[in-house]
Formats: sequence, C-alpha cells, structure tokens
Amino acid sequence: MATVEDVLESVTQSQASKYKTIEVQKDIEPQLDLGNLLTVDQNPLDLKKLRGDKEAYLKSQARDNTQLLFNAIWKLPTERVEEAICVKLPETTTVLPREKPIPKAKLQTKWEQYALLKGIQKRKKGRMVWDEEAKDWKPRWGYKRANDETKDWVIEVPGNADPNEDQFEKRMKAKKERVAKNELQRLRNIARGTKSKVPGVGLTPTEKPSKEEVGLALHLAKKSTASLGKFTEKLPKEKEAKHVGKKRKFEPAIGDFKKEKEQQLNIINVMENKKPKMDITKAVNRVMTEVDQEASSDDRRKRAGKVKNRRGPPRKKGSGGFGKKGSGGFGKKGKAGKGKGAKGMGGKGKGMGGKGKGKGKGR
Amino acid sequence: MATVMQRIVKPKTQAAKRALDVRSPKLEENDKVAMFIKGGHTSETITQVLKELYLLKKPNAITFKRKNIMRPFDDQSSIEFFSQKNDSSLFLFGSHSKKRPNNLVLGRLYDHHVLDMVELGVVHFRSMQDFPTEKIAMGTKPCLVFEGEAFEQDHEHRRLKSLLIDFFRGVKANNVRLQGLEHVLQFTAIDGKVMVMSYKVLLKKSGSRTPRVELTEIGPALDLEVRRTRLASDDLYKKACKKPKKGKPRKVKNVKTDVFGAKMGRVHMERQDFSKLQTRKMKGLKRQAPSNKENAKKAKTESSEPTAEES
Repeated sequence: MATVEDVLESVTQSQASKYKTIEVQKDIEPQLDLGNLLTVDQNPLDLKKLRGDKEAYLKSQARDNTQLLFNAIWKLPTERVEEAICVKLPETTTVLPREKPIPKAKLQTKWEQYALLKGIQKRKKGRMVWDEEAKDWKPRWGYKRANDETKDWVIEVPGNADPNEDQFEKRMKAKKERVAKNELQRLRNIARGTKSKVPGVGLTPTEKPSKEEVGLALHLAKKSTASLGKFTEKLPKEKEAKHVGKKRKFEPAIGDFKKEKEQQLNIINVMENKKPKMDITKAVNRVMTEVDQEASSDDRRKRAGKVKNRRGPPRKKGSGGFGKKGSGGFGKKGKAGKGKGAKGMGGKGKGMGGKGKGKGKGR
Repeated sequence: MATVMQRIVKPKTQAAKRALDVRSPKLEENDKVAMFIKGGHTSETITQVLKELYLLKKPNAITFKRKNIMRPFDDQSSIEFFSQKNDSSLFLFGSHSKKRPNNLVLGRLYDHHVLDMVELGVVHFRSMQDFPTEKIAMGTKPCLVFEGEAFEQDHEHRRLKSLLIDFFRGVKANNVRLQGLEHVLQFTAIDGKVMVMSYKVLLKKSGSRTPRVELTEIGPALDLEVRRTRLASDDLYKKACKKPKKGKPRKVKNVKTDVFGAKMGRVHMERQDFSKLQTRKMKGLKRQAPSNKENAKKAKTESSEPTAEES
C-alpha cells in the first residue's frame, strides 16, 4: 500500500529529475567578483579533453563557471525598477587602474585663507534684488542686472569735474579696470596655489598708485636694464630708494609651537652632545698643514746649516711662496688633494716646491 | 588645475565648460573608451577581428577608418596623442607583416601615457558569421570567465587578465536586469596561448528559483598567442590603481517618492499668460474674427425670428 508520503516523494523526485541540476562541483572554488560579473577559475585544465574536443570542453567549463556566477547573483537582493526585476550588484573587488589621476583638492584663495583664520562665515546672498527704478526684481549680477551704473542714460556732471571729460567713458573705464583687477587677483591666486612666482607689488598695476609705489616702480624699471641701472642717469628730483632688496624674513614670535619646541630642543641636544661636532676633513687638513709647516721649517733649518747661499737665484714661484703660499694652497685644497698633498709635501719637501705649487694651482 | 574654473583661460560658454568637465579628472570616472586602430599593412583576418571586437565594445569604442603607420612598441607618442584627442584610455592596434602575422596590440593608458601593452598574435579566428545563431544586442554587459592557472601564477598573464577585464567589462553598473545577463566571454590560458570564446546565455527552468544556464556559442572565437609585452613598472601601476577617498555622497535635491512609489519632482516656472500659450493648433477651435462672428449671429437671429413669428 502506497502512503501519501511515498506518493508525494515520488512526484517530487520525478519533477526534480525532469530539470537539470544547478549544482556544480569544483576542486578549487572559483573567485567571484559580482560587481564586474567576473569568475576566475584556477582549477587545472584537463589536457586530454583539450586535445580531444577542445570546443566542447571549453563550453562545458564556461557553462559550469557561469552557473556558479548566476547562483551567486540570484542570491543578491532584488528590486523592481520600472517593470523589470533588477539585482543590486555589490562593489567591484578587482583592482583596476584609473584612467586619469585623482583630482587635486581645490586651492584656497587668499581671501579664503584669511576668512578661515578670522572665522568669517560665508553669507549666501539671494540672486534677485529689488530695483527701485524699474520697480522689478532683477538679478544681482550678470545680464540685465539691477542698479547698473554703466547703463545710465543721464549722468550729472559733478561740480569739480573737468567739463570736457566724458562721464560715460569714465564709468566704462572704471568698470574695465575693476574687471582687470579681478582677473589679476584670480591669476595671482592660481599662481600662488601652483607655487609659481608671483610678481610683487610695484609691478602690478593699481588704480591710484601711492607715492611710494610709484617710486618703487621707478626704481625697479631703472634696475631692469642690462647693466642693472648703473648707467642710467638720475632724474632731477629722484631720491635714492631706501628699502629695496630682499626683506629678511623672521619667524613670527608666537607661531608654530611645535616648531619652536623642536628648535629649542635641537639647540640643547647639540650643546649636550658629548662628542663635539667636528668637520673631519677640515680637521685633517689642519693637521696636515701643521705637519707640512713643521717639516718645511725643519728642512729650512737643516739646509740653512748646509748650504750657505741658500737664497741663490730667487726661485720665482717656488721658495718665495713656499712657506706661505704652498701651505696656503694646500690648506685650501681641502678634500680633493688630500692624499696627494700630504705625500707631495712631506715626502719630497723642497724639491717639490714649484711642482707642488703647480699641482696646487692646477688642481 | 583642480577644476575647470581654475584654469588660466576660463571657458567662455557653458557648453565649453561642460565639455571640459567631462574630460577632466574626477573622483568617479567615466567608462573607458577604446580606440580600434589599423596599422600600415593589415590582413583580412585582422580587419575582421577589429570589426567584430568593435561591435562587442560599442558604444564605448571609436574605430579609425584610415590606416595609421605606427609601431606602438617603438614610439608611443602617436597613441598618446590619439588618446588625448579622443579622451580614450584603451586601444587595440591591428597590423600584419611577415615577421608578425596577424598582430594585435592591446593596451591601456594612464593620464594619456601608455601604461601596459601586450602584443597578441591571432593564430586562429572564427568570425561571428560562422556561427549561424541569433546574436546579442549591442551594449550588453558581459559575464567574464577566466580559466587556467597561468592567469594567477604568471606575472604577465596576471596583467593581461587585468587588461582584458578593463577592456571587456562594459559599463559600470550598480543594477543589472536579471533577464539581461545574456553574454558570456570566456578567456582560457593554455601554455602561452589565450583562447577567447563568446557565448549567449539561455536560462532554463530548474527545480529552484535560480535557473539552469545553457550556453550557445555565438560571437568570435580567437586563438591568441602572447608575443611581446610592455608592462608598467610596479610603482607606476600602484600609483594608477590608487583609490581616492570617497567624499560625502551628494544629496539629490528636489526628488521625492510618494506613497505609491512614484518618483516626484518639482518644477518651478515663472508666471505665464495662459491665453498666449504656444500649443498645438486645432483649426476647428480657432476663434473667429469679430466681424465674421456678428454676421453669423445676425444670420442666426434672422433665421430664428421668422420661426418665432410664425409660432
């Protein structure tokens, strides 16, 4: 007698056998990168099958790996996006190189640095402003803006102005200068940000340069000739520029506490060091010169004893300068001729005088 | 420059600014575009290969119509120039010569300078036309399968794998339609050779929710042999792979979803005179001229009056 359970079991079994299985057996689990829909299978390939029926084998491999990938994908959370069932893919795990470098952070302008320092907050201003003349809301800046001075069709000539001056032209010029100044400041901000050289004050145009600025500009103009202004004549009332040249920059009195601390500690460290800080090459050279001087003085005493007319034909370069120049020359030699100098002088002594000198000079 | 507006010469129109913004370095980058270039001499095989791979890579691909006499391994400047002009960072250069028959150079660039280049020789090629089955729509994101131990063990093959993923992965997607997973590209590495096969996916019923996968071969089948390589140094590669720190995600303004799940947004308009709106012209509803109207009225009253009188 067949029980209900037996019947049900047989039905499910028959159903299951109708459909092919989605299970896949692999020795090494393939690595899946769902974000990229990628499967990397490291299992060794069956060379026999490859030689046999390559395409069928590769197809079966591909099918197995894709089945594994799909099994993983179907486990992800789904959502409905406009009549289609979509799966939300996770982030990609494969590291791939970028196309372009990472964008650099925006450079802070001079004003922004100052505002940050002072704690000034930015206040957002509305775009539209009430224009009293037109009795309408107009943009604060840009095309058809409110309170546009340059668009006045009537301008009252002020009492102290030159009657032949064109007031409209004056306003247009003022506007152009403002625009140019803005552009200059923008470029200066960029230059400061990219650490390229910024032309200092005195060279850049300002609306109403002060007396000092004019003087500085004049001085700079004078200096920027091929001979640094040595041969340009002075103007009748020109004063010699006083505060010119590079200013010495000192660290601010109260600034970076960390830096100050480090500096002070460094000083103490140097003072407290048991070994004196010594320039080895300098010390060696000094020792050498002393040795040479002693040697030369010894030689002189010896020779003075032996040969009477020691000072025969005056040796032009050699003996006269032997004591002083030679040692001086060798003293100056420093690192380069260290070994040579010692040998040359100590060994051959006077005989080497001229030659030695030559060597010293021709270094 | 960090942004477009911090250039020395600012763009004068909004369109120019947007165009420059598209090409500028960003946190989240655009999908990589590939250039398909033909060399001085090409064979029929190579032109066919380039054509078919271009179809696989469309729409993020540019094909060059003319032949370009250049040698990528000797001089990279022309490739870098093309990359700059077309704003693309992948290329596939095909050529044919006696010494290097059916040659493909697959490469990618970083900051418009060549990063990696791998020279592959097409040993055997079966075109898409040789497979008489139904093909896949353009732009489908393919599933990639890599087989063979070489792809993990050999340094050159590992870079080649990364290059192939970069080339063939398609658009970067967060959501994928389950029915749209139709294409599978398989790369197998067997002793110095790479086999490329392309399949279409058929989903069959299985006992469970996850379907059973069946594949039919469709697209081009290539047998490639790895010839020369010019790979980037490790530190340059590391630099190129650097990930930026993710900033705060931008709030999307003005978009809300209502109770039924529909996406709503607000459009702000200025005041309009509805009588002067530009709509579709329906002649029958046109307002007649006043003189015509009066005549029509008169005619009507005249016709109605006698009837009134009669009654």
